[in-house]
Amino acid sequence: MLQQESRPAAPSAPLPAVEPRVLLRRVTPEGVATVVGGAVGALGLVWVLYERVLPFSGVLGFWLCWYATFIALYAAMAALQWDKREVIHRVTTVAFVAGGVLTLVIVLGQVLYTLLRGFSAVRHLSFFIQSMAFAGPDSPLVIGGVLHAMIGTAEQIALATLLSVPLGVAAALFLAEVGGLLARPVRIIVEAMTALPDVIAGLFIYALFILTLGLHKSGLAAALALFVTMLPIITRASEVVLRLVPGTLREAAYALGSSQRRVVWNVVLPTARSGLTTAVVLGMARGIGETAPVLIVSGVTKELNYNPLQGPQVSLPLYIWNYAHIEAVTNSYIARGFGAGFVLVLVVLVLFAIARWLGGKAPGELSRRQRRRLARERVRA
Amino acid sequence: MAAADAPALTDDDRPRTIVVRVSPGDRIFRGVLRGAGIAVLVMTAGILVFLALQSVPAFKAVGLRFFTTSTWFISTNQFGIAAILPLAVLIALIALIIAIPVGLATALFISEYAPPRLRRTLIAMIDLMAATPSIIVALFGLYFLMPRILGVEAWLAHHLGFIPVFGFTKSNFSGNYVGSTFVAGVVVSVLVIPIITSLSRQVFSQAPQGEREAAYALGSTRWGMIRTVVLPYGRAGMIGASMLGLGRALGETVAVSFILTPIFTLNFHVLEAGGNSPTFMIASHILEAGSKEISALMAAGMALFVMTLLVNTVAAIIINRSRSGATASAD
Repeated sequence: MLQQESRPAAPSAPLPAVEPRVLLRRVTPEGVATVVGGAVGALGLVWVLYERVLPFSGVLGFWLCWYATFIALYAAMAALQWDKREVIHRVTTVAFVAGGVLTLVIVLGQVLYTLLRGFSAVRHLSFFIQSMAFAGPDSPLVIGGVLHAMIGTAEQIALATLLSVPLGVAAALFLAEVGGLLARPVRIIVEAMTALPDVIAGLFIYALFILTLGLHKSGLAAALALFVTMLPIITRASEVVLRLVPGTLREAAYALGSSQRRVVWNVVLPTARSGLTTAVVLGMARGIGETAPVLIVSGVTKELNYNPLQGPQVSLPLYIWNYAHIEAVTNSYIARGFGAGFVLVLVVLVLFAIARWLGGKAPGELSRRQRRRLARERVRA
Repeated sequence: MAAADAPALTDDDRPRTIVVRVSPGDRIFRGVLRGAGIAVLVMTAGILVFLALQSVPAFKAVGLRFFTTSTWFISTNQFGIAAILPLAVLIALIALIIAIPVGLATALFISEYAPPRLRRTLIAMIDLMAATPSIIVALFGLYFLMPRILGVEAWLAHHLGFIPVFGFTKSNFSGNYVGSTFVAGVVVSVLVIPIITSLSRQVFSQAPQGEREAAYALGSTRWGMIRTVVLPYGRAGMIGASMLGLGRALGETVAVSFILTPIFTLNFHVLEAGGNSPTFMIASHILEAGSKEISALMAAGMALFVMTLLVNTVAAIIINRSRSGATASAD
């Protein structure tokens, strides 16, 4: 961070022969040896005590104990070599780095675990081209699949996106461009709604759609429940993006005599396009994984249903819910649940990758194709 | 003060009054946008209204005893959330006790300790994890974590059993540890950690560069800098992130449903099998429920909704304030 060397203030004054240069972030053999020694020593000690001497069991407990022992050992070894300040500095550094890495491993582990266990079901092609209509608890994995759930997820998320994007972006425009007294409560409610208990959205649609209007469970009801969960997410993310649009662009457009409608339509929205797309894709990624809202209102079926307006329609999360939880009676069902988890994780990963790829650009930054088109137009003009 | 000395103003000198004329088109445009904003408010209100309307029969049947009854017998009108809601709070508390230190430490690791080249990747990773479907966490929790937590639970019950919360009244058989509030709390914490990490990391990275360098210039070590600059600046953000995590933990449905074995008595022995939460009740009962039970579930849902809305709103206000810099004073 501070790269400048300290210069003596008065060059003429007599100086100590060579001022030792302060090295930030140095790696010394002692430092490395202490870290490695602490880690290995803790591993050995915990292994002996945990697995051999004391009646403990469980991988999780093992690593927790390892972490605590490691920090303690390291602190003890550091205290032998350095002064108190240095010890605190080093121990906190090691504790945060080791803790952060352990956490990331656990948090990433859930995705890897699902991918690994899902693989046994996913490697059969039938998994992607069949529904569960002809598969029972004892059917081998070559019969039956998630086709009906993939269709259901695709249709429901498409409907939910169609509904929530216009309303969400409009609400975000209201917050960012119109403002006023009403904007504050709307913004607070939107932020609070992004963490709405997911089951409440399903309950609301159940109360409105099925109990009050007397309609039947269907893919449309599930899409509406997803709409309720996605709307605040899209609104909030879009508002953040719209705020990044430079005010000078707006002022330039106003100075040319544009109306606000024109400014928003021709300046703000195109400038924020990549960010808005990211917001929408992230909202979709959230919506696709929601189980609780669709659980109550979409109904359960084993068969392919292309029509979201009529009859029960299963989606991927609901499929997992059924086969890995409610009906988890055989290993084949559980494997199918994990298989659907595999597909779901992949879909979310792809959506996320798209969002990162789009969101890497600052507002107004043009893609290569846009720049080429602009250049062509300039040449023509 | 200058009015007396000033020469008489001519018409040309007077500042022109600026009239902002909003054209009819713009007025419609702004109206439409405002309508969208109002629609969001209406939707939130609509959720409350519909849940309230649907829960009227339940309140007609049991009245305010709904909040003091801990059993769930629909036909004899003895049902309430006196056990269910506190059990859900218990799960959320366990989740937060794990997730807050771990999440904050991970956030500090990413924003302060990780090499700058890795930082972007780590941020993307944590954001991805915050968007992982809860059903994936539930799968991981039920099939991977739960069998591996039982050992920790048995250890806690054995050696820390004198602490009332860890007390264990059943026989020491591993089946008695399955599906406990503790396991559910741990699984929910896996869900909450990325949320807390992601939000507090944003706040930490906003700690001003000037103050950081000032701390270093005064001879501070990195930990000293974090303690005196980053943490004080991020305090409001940390509180807000933790509260959003609390809201998320209270409202979690799928993960707790996968894990819990349902009970209807208030059991503070978190290691013992059995727990409950309104979300779990709704998810597991509503498909087979009669009209009175549906109404009871709606009432439970409304209680949960009001509670999380309060928690989340307070969290949103705290986070907003920290963003605007109103409380960003390092004391």
